[in-house]
Amino acid sequence: MAKADAPKSFQEIILRLMSYWASKGCAVLQPYDMEVGAGTFHPATTLRALGDKPWAAAYVQPSRRPTDGRYGENPNRLQHYYQYQVLIKPSPPDLQELYLGSLRAIGIDTELHDIRFVEDDWESPTLGAWGLGWEVWCDGMEVSQFTYFQQVGGHDCKPVSGELTYGLERLAMYVLGIDHVMDMPYNDPSAPIALKYGDVFRQTEQEYSRWNFDIADTDMLLKHFEDAEAECERILASPETDDAGRKIIMAHPAYDQCIKASHLFNLLDARGVISVTERQAYIGRVRALAKKCADAFVQTEAGGAVESEAVA
Amino acid sequence: MPDLLIELFSEEIPARMQPKARADLQKLITDGVVEAGLTYASAGAFSTPRRLTLTIEGLTANSPTLREERKGPRTDAPEKAIEGFLRSTGLTMDQLEARDDKKGQVYFAVIEKPGRPATEIVAEVLEKTIRNFPWPKSMRWGAGSLRWVRPLHSILAILSDEAGATVVPLDIDGITAGDTTRGHRFMAPDTIQVGGFESYTKQLKAAKVMLDPAEREAAIWHDAEQMAFAKGWEVVPDKGLLAEVAGLVEWPVTLMGEIDAQFLELPPEVLQTSMKEHQKFFSVKNPKTGRIEGFVTVANRETADHGATILAGNQKVLSARLSDAKFFWENDLRTVAAHGLEGMGAGLDAVTFHNKLGSQGDRIRRIEALAREIAPLVGASPDLAAEAARVAKSDLRSEMVYEFPELQGVMGRYYAQKAGLTDAVADACRDHYAPLGPSDDVPSEPVSVAVALADKIDTLTGFWAIDEKPTGSKDPFALRRAALGVIRLVRENDVRMGLERFIAPWFERELFATRSYPSGNGIVEKPQPLRLTQFLTKTGEGENEDGSYYEDFDIHWAQIDVTVADLLSFFHDRLKVHLRDAGIRHDVIDAVLAMPGSDDLTLVVKRAEALSETLKTDDGENLIQGFKRANNILTQAEEKDGVEYSFGADVKFAETEEEKALFAALDAAEAKIAPAMAAEDFAAAMSAMASLRAPIDAFFEAVQINAEAEVIRRNRLNLLSRIRQICLDVADLTKIEG
Repeated sequence: MAKADAPKSFQEIILRLMSYWASKGCAVLQPYDMEVGAGTFHPATTLRALGDKPWAAAYVQPSRRPTDGRYGENPNRLQHYYQYQVLIKPSPPDLQELYLGSLRAIGIDTELHDIRFVEDDWESPTLGAWGLGWEVWCDGMEVSQFTYFQQVGGHDCKPVSGELTYGLERLAMYVLGIDHVMDMPYNDPSAPIALKYGDVFRQTEQEYSRWNFDIADTDMLLKHFEDAEAECERILASPETDDAGRKIIMAHPAYDQCIKASHLFNLLDARGVISVTERQAYIGRVRALAKKCADAFVQTEAGGAVESEAVA
Repeated sequence: MPDLLIELFSEEIPARMQPKARADLQKLITDGVVEAGLTYASAGAFSTPRRLTLTIEGLTANSPTLREERKGPRTDAPEKAIEGFLRSTGLTMDQLEARDDKKGQVYFAVIEKPGRPATEIVAEVLEKTIRNFPWPKSMRWGAGSLRWVRPLHSILAILSDEAGATVVPLDIDGITAGDTTRGHRFMAPDTIQVGGFESYTKQLKAAKVMLDPAEREAAIWHDAEQMAFAKGWEVVPDKGLLAEVAGLVEWPVTLMGEIDAQFLELPPEVLQTSMKEHQKFFSVKNPKTGRIEGFVTVANRETADHGATILAGNQKVLSARLSDAKFFWENDLRTVAAHGLEGMGAGLDAVTFHNKLGSQGDRIRRIEALAREIAPLVGASPDLAAEAARVAKSDLRSEMVYEFPELQGVMGRYYAQKAGLTDAVADACRDHYAPLGPSDDVPSEPVSVAVALADKIDTLTGFWAIDEKPTGSKDPFALRRAALGVIRLVRENDVRMGLERFIAPWFERELFATRSYPSGNGIVEKPQPLRLTQFLTKTGEGENEDGSYYEDFDIHWAQIDVTVADLLSFFHDRLKVHLRDAGIRHDVIDAVLAMPGSDDLTLVVKRAEALSETLKTDDGENLIQGFKRANNILTQAEEKDGVEYSFGADVKFAETEEEKALFAALDAAEAKIAPAMAAEDFAAAMSAMASLRAPIDAFFEAVQINAEAEVIRRNRLNLLSRIRQICLDVADLTKIEG
């Protein structure tokens, strides 16, 4: 892969994806400012996949999976990593070609590599969402997830959104020819202060692994879970109209609480305090919140609801 | 006669769905056009990841004109009758024909349905097929509402003959049928105009698409074998994988690589599973070392560097995967070295097996107790069987099995060997799950047999105890398979054991046993019985001296007896299914199940086999008639007289030679049958019974049962009773049909 136009660092790959998708008309958003398990949780995907308003967004989302923590020692596994996420609604007919263009943009020569679309249906039990699509293989390596959303929060997606998710570390390691994630150049290796991925993240991987597995206060986490759940429901149960007579449905603040509950569940899971039978019950509770948030969002303007005044 | 070519071009169709989709497309289209009145000579369906194709040769160009004549009312019939006839035929008065009939003039309706062109019919059938295609899962895309397995991009549909090709006029939600397709996504993406099936396949091949999946399979296998042969290696055959891989490529390019030496110490099953599940690689064996040393991968394109980059990439991914596997293997070996195999399984106490049946640890303790009791009956040492049961499921806690659940048992055997356990114990770790499928081998090593039986009997009894029995097609815990496993294990190893002896005490142990429940991180010991609620009534509760809590229960023994009997009858039902496949009738099994010892399945099978053989003989078949005749006469007489004729037939009241001969024959048969039954020589017992056929027939021929003299009559009825009794000692012949 040592070609003239080959990217030199992790961040260059991110920057190239950004400019590629910007050139294809996506709004380049910033990460959501909350802890989430995957880029799908960003409201720019979960909520914006609902309703009939066209949408096109691309963004990096830091993602946390406490159970995947390996104290920075495993070459591929991290409890904190980055996903690159693209969501376009309705899914354009040439989405596969657009996607292949993004691989070329980061230096993957499709004339030399074997790119394959291998069946992989996506389902998120916590979001009450599912879709059909593939995992994309490059020379036998899974480099992306490609999904046509069929349902989110229990609502049929009409129109259908096309979602692309790139696991950035894994993809970048492949493109850059790196075997251990911590050895990957974060910025240009010829920069005055050259930083590797490990310089940025090794210590935090250790710290969070210890906290996730051993230290996090489970009683407190459980209480926070219940608080988030209660607040989400309280927000959604509030009257649609405020004291000044403005109609404001608070789908996003409620959804924040749903995201919190989901992450707290992941932390509890990493602490090993959730039994197999309880697991399903917790997932069901988060899904119930996600569904209510989706129900609320489709009542809003961004969710495609038409104001009765506007119609008249 | 024109040929029809249809191609539905879409984004990548899952490999596993392609075979059924081909068959469905062919059936739906051919059935549809035939129903509309067309005929055809032959048809064939093909698929690649991006296209489903159907070719039909020799299709009729038009459906035939249909002419139907219907006879109506007489011309002088009331107006209402004529109006009704017009309505039902859809004609007007002037279109009716008046014809002379026997009884005068009658109206006739001649309805002519003109034939329709094939293009029109195909368009209709194809639209219906696409809109109702039975994909296992289908989806919408973009802003449309059409459903397909993945977005459908174009439809090629042409009828062609010597004169040229005609496009079938069809538009489905904006996709207009045409006469073009595309080649390989990367190597020949341009549009191709198609004139007919033959040129289509040729053009596709030129555009790097091999249409026929069978051809792709053959090409992959041929190249793989050639490459392996050149190195003196052998590809491990895997038909399922071959079909899947052929469904993932349009232009197969087979590549072979070597597995890095650092991974060759891994068990071959691990290499094979990891390569197949994650990478869809074939394993390649070096026959000189007997190890898996290479892999074959199939790419979807040719490259300027002849696949060097692709192979290097795949090799790298494989190394990362196998590094994981090696990491798991080494961690597991470390655990075994430090804590033994039993220590590896220590965490199973915290893993729920079923919320009403406790943890995996509880289950293992139950299996251990059972295995110890079963061991002497299968020729195994009770201590070894118990040890094997204790460690047989330890590998469920290994990192390797967590990653590759299908390697359970296989890994247990390796870890048992590394832990220095005996071969018998190590083999039991692997083999106690067997037999899983009906064609699986049944273990024969005694320790494996003991643990395999204990495992299955515990599972069945447990789920019976909590009333989770299979119903209809639902059998989520695979209990039918477990019961069949028990049947095959005892039968093929000739194991003699009464099942009841092992099922009933299960309840005693469990209702009094100390249970452990998973609770958060730790394990809480609760000195309470399992909550098998239908067997218990709580009678009290209180605090022990140490402050702990206790409850008292009454145990419902009668309810336990009912459950045990129900489980035994489940075994018997499975046995009937099993023996039916071996050609033994269900009524024959019923006849032997009525005998004592019916919970000893080996005994039941032996009896059933002997009886089945006997019934195939002329004597055996006729004996049944004689027995039934004796039994019927006797039963009627007993009902009529209100007494039981069961004792005291005396030869001195015998009047005819036939009657005396029967006495002698019964004495002789009885003398043979009793010892033969005791020795379980059922063939001898049955043949002695069958030998009664001639004397019984002769007796009925010559003798009137209802004699004038009451003494004679009674004696003869008592004689019939001896026939009945001797036969019933062998099997309950009343159950035999016919």
